[in-house]
Amino acid sequence: MRTWQRPHYLVPDKRWRIALWIVFALYLVIGISSVEVNWQRAYEGLERGMRFMEGFVNPNFSRRAADIYSGILESLTMTVTSTVVGILLSIPFGMGAARNISPKPIYLFCRSFIAVSRSMQEVIVAIFLVALFGFGAFAGFLTLTYATIGFLGKLLAEEIEEIDNKQLEAISSTGASWLQRVHIAIWPQVMPRMIGLSFYRFDINFRESAVIGIVGAGGIGATLNTSIDRYEYDSAGAILILIILIVLACEYFSGWIRKWVS
Amino acid sequence: MLKIEHLKKRYKTGPWVLKDISFEVPDGEIVGLIGPSGAGKSSLIRCVNRLIDPTDGNIQLDDVNLSSLSAGKIREQRRHIGMIFQEYALVERLSVMENVLSGRLGYLPFWRSFLRRYPEQDIDNAFEYLERVGLIDHANKRADELSGGQRQRVGIARALAQDPRLLLVDEPTASLDPKTSRQIMRLIQSICREKSLSAIINIHDVPLAMQFVDRIIGLQGGEIVFDGKPEALTEDVLTRIYGDEDWTSVKPDEDDLENGEAA
Repeated sequence: MRTWQRPHYLVPDKRWRIALWIVFALYLVIGISSVEVNWQRAYEGLERGMRFMEGFVNPNFSRRAADIYSGILESLTMTVTSTVVGILLSIPFGMGAARNISPKPIYLFCRSFIAVSRSMQEVIVAIFLVALFGFGAFAGFLTLTYATIGFLGKLLAEEIEEIDNKQLEAISSTGASWLQRVHIAIWPQVMPRMIGLSFYRFDINFRESAVIGIVGAGGIGATLNTSIDRYEYDSAGAILILIILIVLACEYFSGWIRKWVS
Repeated sequence: MLKIEHLKKRYKTGPWVLKDISFEVPDGEIVGLIGPSGAGKSSLIRCVNRLIDPTDGNIQLDDVNLSSLSAGKIREQRRHIGMIFQEYALVERLSVMENVLSGRLGYLPFWRSFLRRYPEQDIDNAFEYLERVGLIDHANKRADELSGGQRQRVGIARALAQDPRLLLVDEPTASLDPKTSRQIMRLIQSICREKSLSAIINIHDVPLAMQFVDRIIGLQGGEIVFDGKPEALTEDVLTRIYGDEDWTSVKPDEDDLENGEAA
């Protein structure tokens, strides 16, 4: 009778495998035990947590209605403008960052710009831009635009690098110029995904607009921050519920659009 | 007249895929290029329209030396060279009509193709070509809705829209069933005859090649090992091109040829 066992390619020696598992388990135990938990403080915080939950269950839309209204409006304006400008700028950056259609120097420049944009979290960029341009929606608009270029630029570049090359070759063979090749052979192949990703980025930008507001970049985040600072958890709950509703609406809408374009 | 002299090609530091290829194609002649996979057939026709750059040698179409043109100038020459591809290479998401009109891109400024403002003459001709390949009712369908044979017809119409002086055809029938293959080869042949176009057709299917081309060039290891009439393609020659094999079942018999022509 012949037997067969799947060979272990990663660590062939069984003793080494056991040793590695033990080291990993030890590290986990030590790591978890090194996290200090102040149970006393956690117990005291429970009550505040409960108040927060209560505020969420009994949201108060009226006390700060004017602030909430203008905050949401500002957030939506920031989201729409930064998404549109971000998409428009991400197209040249994305094309430049696609290895198969761009010359090496342009490729390297666009790739690095996108990499830097993606490596910095929105909140950090927002803090910097608020310091540069002062409090308000303009800093928020710039932050979200910058982040959108990094996000869509990278995904568009990857999409272009994965196109069906035969279609591009065929259009090249008709004597089409570079712009014509991009427009006729590449754009139809990446367009549906690009539209889907743009709506997805719209979602993200709206959610981020609430977060960067906390560091002073305008929008609903500022209102949310004020409410929490003043222990007005019912107002904060109202704001969070509105954010959730708007994100849900965006999600539903973008899903519908994506189905329609593909 | 296409004239290829001492054409050589190697990719980076790899082996020579084309070693000193020379031949001429007079106007109106249909040449079948046969040979095993990797013999350099595909590289050869791509050197002609400079989808790949030859390493050495001359390629001359009428009085233009294609092999020495700069990247900008080659675009102007490419529009005179129609190309038909193995897996059709249509832009799948565009309509049949847009695919046919894309054959005009080399003649048009960017704004015209961007706004889809094609000249009336081009549109009128495109309809004529669609009629010629039998797809006039499918003009507004998306290319990916068509069957393989229909897609290849669109590919032919696109090449025709270029108003070419030469057709380069890369394995036109490799993804088609035998009957459709014959129809496509017959269509290419009759179009070449009508417009006295010359063509170079890469093809794997030896009997099909013998039936529809005027002349056969056999490539093996980047060298021409046969150049002559299809009738001269004997078992010896096939062995020289492809290596040892029993070739008796490959050669088309008389019945087959007659049926093919009658259909």
